[in-house]
Amino acid sequence: MITMTETTIKDLEATAIKVREHIIKMSTDGGCFIGASLSCADLLVYLYKEFLNVTPHNLKDPNRDYLFLSKGHDVPALYGTFAELGFIEKDRLKNHLKSNDHIYWHPNRNIPGVEFHSGSLGHLPAVALGVALDCRMRKQTNKILVITGDGELNEGSVWETILVASAYKLGNITFIVDRNQFQANIATEELIPLEPLVPKFEAFGCNVQRIDGHDFKALDKAFKALPVNGNKPNVIIADTRRGKGLPSIEARADRWFCNFTHDEITSLIGELHGEGKTEIGSETLTVR
Amino acid sequence: MNYEELIKKMALEDERFVVMTAENRALIRNLPQVLNERFIDTGITEQTMIGAAAGLALRGRIPVVHALATFLTLRAFEFIRTDVGIGNLPVKLSSFVPGFLSDGNGPTHQAIEDVSLMRGIPGMQVFCPADEQDMLYALPKIWTSPNPSYVRINIRKSEYQHDKNFEIGKAEVISKGSDVTILVYGMLFDETLKTKQLLESKGLSVGLINLRSLKPIDEAAVLDAVKNSQLLVTVEDHFLTGGLYSILAELLLKNQLTANVLPLALNERWYKPGLLSEVLNYEGFTGEKISEKIIKELDKKVISKI
Repeated sequence: MITMTETTIKDLEATAIKVREHIIKMSTDGGCFIGASLSCADLLVYLYKEFLNVTPHNLKDPNRDYLFLSKGHDVPALYGTFAELGFIEKDRLKNHLKSNDHIYWHPNRNIPGVEFHSGSLGHLPAVALGVALDCRMRKQTNKILVITGDGELNEGSVWETILVASAYKLGNITFIVDRNQFQANIATEELIPLEPLVPKFEAFGCNVQRIDGHDFKALDKAFKALPVNGNKPNVIIADTRRGKGLPSIEARADRWFCNFTHDEITSLIGELHGEGKTEIGSETLTVR
Repeated sequence: MNYEELIKKMALEDERFVVMTAENRALIRNLPQVLNERFIDTGITEQTMIGAAAGLALRGRIPVVHALATFLTLRAFEFIRTDVGIGNLPVKLSSFVPGFLSDGNGPTHQAIEDVSLMRGIPGMQVFCPADEQDMLYALPKIWTSPNPSYVRINIRKSEYQHDKNFEIGKAEVISKGSDVTILVYGMLFDETLKTKQLLESKGLSVGLINLRSLKPIDEAAVLDAVKNSQLLVTVEDHFLTGGLYSILAELLLKNQLTANVLPLALNERWYKPGLLSEVLNYEGFTGEKISEKIIKELDKKVISKI
């Protein structure tokens, strides 16, 4: 196996920084779910740049790979990635929450690259299952990925779908868990404990890997190790940190949805680049 | 031709069709060996089945999806609304034992809010065939329409010879009448045929409309009855709220009309479970009982011809 070069890693890191800047910029004038967006930014940058056969030019090709974002509230990370990779114009992100576009707190299929709308948790594993069944019927070798949150694993429909995927021996589907340890208001393990997760998925008949979701080498190793003609659904648990990249909000239960002031945004972008922590006013923490 | 033969014929002619079920195979037992991978039984997982149907539809398939009416419309409601509805995908819902057809199962199985729920979803079309023949005339057009649809599956046999020319949004006007017009859908159609005969034998002029298509509704046929009959009667195995009575009320308001209306439906209650004949009798939905109620209403409100 060819491991990633340092140049590739540097390039991914640089893109991930830009994506995080987009996310921060979307967390004002109405705000966004910044914590969950920052936790999966590295994952999305890796997948779209290094793994998925999806480009702005093959979005109608039935043989493309599919990525379904089931935890739709992290859409700023997706749109930030799309902006960096040319799926959409960077300027378009300024339309966040404006009625002249379709950019809001959850994904919309009018944005090029969005395979399906989400927002209600526990849906897209099932939708991805349907796509995976069809791809197999047509003897395609493309991959179908679906990203769920860890809090999302509270939803019974996720487990229902995994049971069915396992029964149908669907090796072309991969369930990715953005394991950032938090659901909306509280640490997952304080509310509905999920661990041990690996044996849970294994007991459901899945091929499971668990990796550091911020380590591009580890991501690459895990995704490149997915079997080509497997007969088990795959699960990749990506251990991440909510709010990754911004120490002032990282891994804090009360930093889920934020609506920052413009000054705070400027300071947070500085923080992203290694400057000091931002003083955040209490009014920026909005409950949604 | 029966339901299974129709679906088999259409699926063999058109690769887009896939047949799905949440382990309800009563009407499609012979399809697995015919359709192979295009027959997908997800087990008792209505939500996953609907989500997967949306995924299949995204790929250009037309999933015809089967489950018991209550579990399909209630357990999976949010998946229907959110994945199929928002996606506006051609997922074709076939609901088994809707309305009175769940006879002895009890209230857990009584889908008597299904029309209300399904018609509330933008783009969703709703059909309630009177019997097997009426249904078989309708399904080819419903399944090849680009819209999502909900069909109350009805495999009951009837002597009645329906109009073969089913059109989405068109009612089957059996007769026009100046004294009373009965608006009905689904399995109660046969009972209202008896009602019509009973009332006619008393010298009344009776209209009868089989509302094959509840959404879109045949506005012209209904408004014609409103204008030309002294009494309208809505007959449905559904809650009073949200079904045909509500559809009629909406239509009247929209057209700034009023009418004498006798609604026969289940008002804020589930029905007493039992064999279908027992249910119809107990709940007052036999041809005879419907006719008695109509005569009483005509006496009270409209005309004293009898």
